[in-house]
Amino acid sequence: MTIHAYKKSKKQLTIFFVTLIGITLLSAKLTNFNFLHGIQTLPKAIGWMFSNLYISAQSLEKFPSVLEKLVETIFLSITSTTTAAVVAMFLALMGSQTTKVNNFFASLSRIIASVYRNIPIVAWALILLLSFGQNALTGYFALFLATFGFLTRAFIETIDETSSSSVEALRASGATYFQMVAKAVMPECSPQMISWILYMIETNIRSSTLVGILTGTGIGFMFDLYYKSMNYNVVSLITISIVVVVIGIELISNYVRRVIL
Amino acid sequence: MALLHVKDVSKHYEKGKNVLSDINMEIFEGEFVSIIGPSGAGKSTFLRCINRMINISEGDIHFDGIDVSSLNKKSLRKHRTKIGMIFQHYNLVSRLTVIENVLHGRFGHKSTLQGVLGMFTEDEKMEAFHLLEKLGMSEHAYKRCDQLSGGQKQRVGIARALIQSPKLLLCDEPIASLDPNASKVIMDHLQSISKEMNITCIVNLHQVDVARKYSDRVIGLNSGRVVYDGESKALSSKAIHAIYGSEAGSLIME
Amino acid sequence: MTTIKSNDLTYDFKKKTSAGKIKIKVWGKSQIVMLLTFLSLFILTVYGFWTFDLKGISLIEATNETLYNLKVMFLQPSFSHFTLLDAVGQIGITLGLGFLSTLLGVILSLFLALFAAKNLSTKTVSNAIIVVVTFIRAVPTVLWVLILAIAAGLGSEAVILGMVLHSVAFLVKAFSESFEEVDEGIIEALRASGANWWHIVTHAVIPTTASSLLSWSFLRFETNFTVAVAMGAAAGAGGIGFELLMASGFYFDLREVGFITYFILVIAIGLELFSTQLKKRFLTNASA
Repeated sequence: MTIHAYKKSKKQLTIFFVTLIGITLLSAKLTNFNFLHGIQTLPKAIGWMFSNLYISAQSLEKFPSVLEKLVETIFLSITSTTTAAVVAMFLALMGSQTTKVNNFFASLSRIIASVYRNIPIVAWALILLLSFGQNALTGYFALFLATFGFLTRAFIETIDETSSSSVEALRASGATYFQMVAKAVMPECSPQMISWILYMIETNIRSSTLVGILTGTGIGFMFDLYYKSMNYNVVSLITISIVVVVIGIELISNYVRRVIL
Repeated sequence: MALLHVKDVSKHYEKGKNVLSDINMEIFEGEFVSIIGPSGAGKSTFLRCINRMINISEGDIHFDGIDVSSLNKKSLRKHRTKIGMIFQHYNLVSRLTVIENVLHGRFGHKSTLQGVLGMFTEDEKMEAFHLLEKLGMSEHAYKRCDQLSGGQKQRVGIARALIQSPKLLLCDEPIASLDPNASKVIMDHLQSISKEMNITCIVNLHQVDVARKYSDRVIGLNSGRVVYDGESKALSSKAIHAIYGSEAGSLIME
Repeated sequence: MTTIKSNDLTYDFKKKTSAGKIKIKVWGKSQIVMLLTFLSLFILTVYGFWTFDLKGISLIEATNETLYNLKVMFLQPSFSHFTLLDAVGQIGITLGLGFLSTLLGVILSLFLALFAAKNLSTKTVSNAIIVVVTFIRAVPTVLWVLILAIAAGLGSEAVILGMVLHSVAFLVKAFSESFEEVDEGIIEALRASGANWWHIVTHAVIPTTASSLLSWSFLRFETNFTVAVAMGAAAGAGGIGFELLMASGFYFDLREVGFITYFILVIAIGLELFSTQLKKRFLTNASA
């Protein structure tokens, strides 16, 4: 590296950090964030959590109803993910460079996926709440719409990364479109796709808690209820249950991934 | 009559930037032809124009008496079944077994449904095993392709192309990713296929000495133009200079 | 040598199916697990729909109503309860929340990831960090924010700390994997010349991974923007998410909901495009 280039990169680095500090100060001002207060908060919060967040014998009485909501949440997350995956599969086949039917449909499906992926799940939940009310379907559709946008992008990348070469070989041998999809794309991509689906199920358990708080359904609603009535023992019971479920799903997913990938 | 007749073929993606320009050649049945030239000379593009994986911009290509550009979707599939293709990176479905990959070469002869359901006749399976035996691969028939070495994968690729019962084999850098031993095995197989089964082979190669040793005829491409076309024995160092440009010329002659 | 006739072979490798046909498929463990996963998901989905508590809602009516609402929202967006300038300000708050939590998350993660990377740390320390991080990640962000808010009071501190926790959980994994990909030879060369751990980190590990660290950080910023919208609505953190909640849940103003959604969408797509560019430039070339 010449001295000149060294000086130049040093100057760029300085500009980068000055900009970063500038944005930091601006953000802190906009959000009323006090760094000192923030740092002081952390030990206080941890202390509070250790002294207040525990599961008492009394709160365990609520366990059956927590469990019921938890099961509802798990099914909500699974159904929304699997149905979204089916739709995403079709869109990804159209949107992928490897398996596109024509350029128009390829761009169209990419745009649709991008729009649905980038409208936050909160927006969907609030919009759907207006007509579906406090219903499991509100959560279902909100999760479905956000998931299918995300999975479409993930599937498109998977198809292009793992199956473009074998698709080329089959096309060169005179295979039809559906033969290529069934015998090259599917075998090559399904492990990766299953991995994405399992990841999304796990994510959606967490997202459905958020949606539940907003729409008054499922485990999120229950959390909100006990949170507002300051029954922190039940709050910890619910939190720990969610943690157990999420980590459980993660362990299953890790096992499946290890075997199939 | 020639099996493959290429007349005034040009290909460009953007106007004014030709990847291939005015290619003319005739290739006869049973010939073993090598195409050599520097990277980016248009070798791969040219091969893919023959089975219309890429559409040409100008000129015409006749294969087996048929104008390739005029084919509709269905007859294009039929055209492709008559041409086998072999790739540098083998392009196998790595999660399926060797025997399944070989049978994939039969899709062009089947209906969509038969292909999707994987319905192959016992004759086709026998043929697949026969080809694998010929290539010394039958003991690996039930292995998944990702467990094979490069040379073994390429032999699966060859079997997949042969089961199409092709008249022509297009080989796109078949040994570029292989070590010298595996390269020799593959080139020997290609040579015997060409001689014994009377299948025409067009092989893109990087190594001039390999081209000279195995082929009947060498075609040199540079910047999308044919700069040499003649018997491999007649390939002089001057011709190699012309193909690779003066700078690289001295490097290649070992 | 290539022309062995099949009858010369002493051993026939063909396997037969129970029906006496030649077998072509082989069922390995991975195929079986995949099939079981598919089947279980299918059964769970069917059962899930079966047990949905619809509370007597009419699906068709509600869908029609939603479609009508969406039409109003997206075809006639307008704002009535605040001005364009307010909207920009609220977006600023949301972006600010996302930025601060990403920045703090990146700084914390950088240290933690060094101790979580297997090639730079000991096994015990690395595993301990991974366990803690897994726990943090399993709790939904909104629960972290609400729990922290009890101790810290509901303000940007609780929101940002809650988001920092999740960012750390995500980034420690991404960063430590980047560190683990650093060529062992570089580290060995420095160690051989007598460099200590900090020398190796500051002069070999961080410089060679800088571009991928940057891409991961920006990717997290993109996510944190969406999370900040959600926190605004669900945890009262302010910003555009809170405006969205007010517009839909308080004023029932569909046109304003549409306007805000468009606004969020534009910013989110902008961030995504930028982060895709970063990723394309840095993550794929990281090894080259």
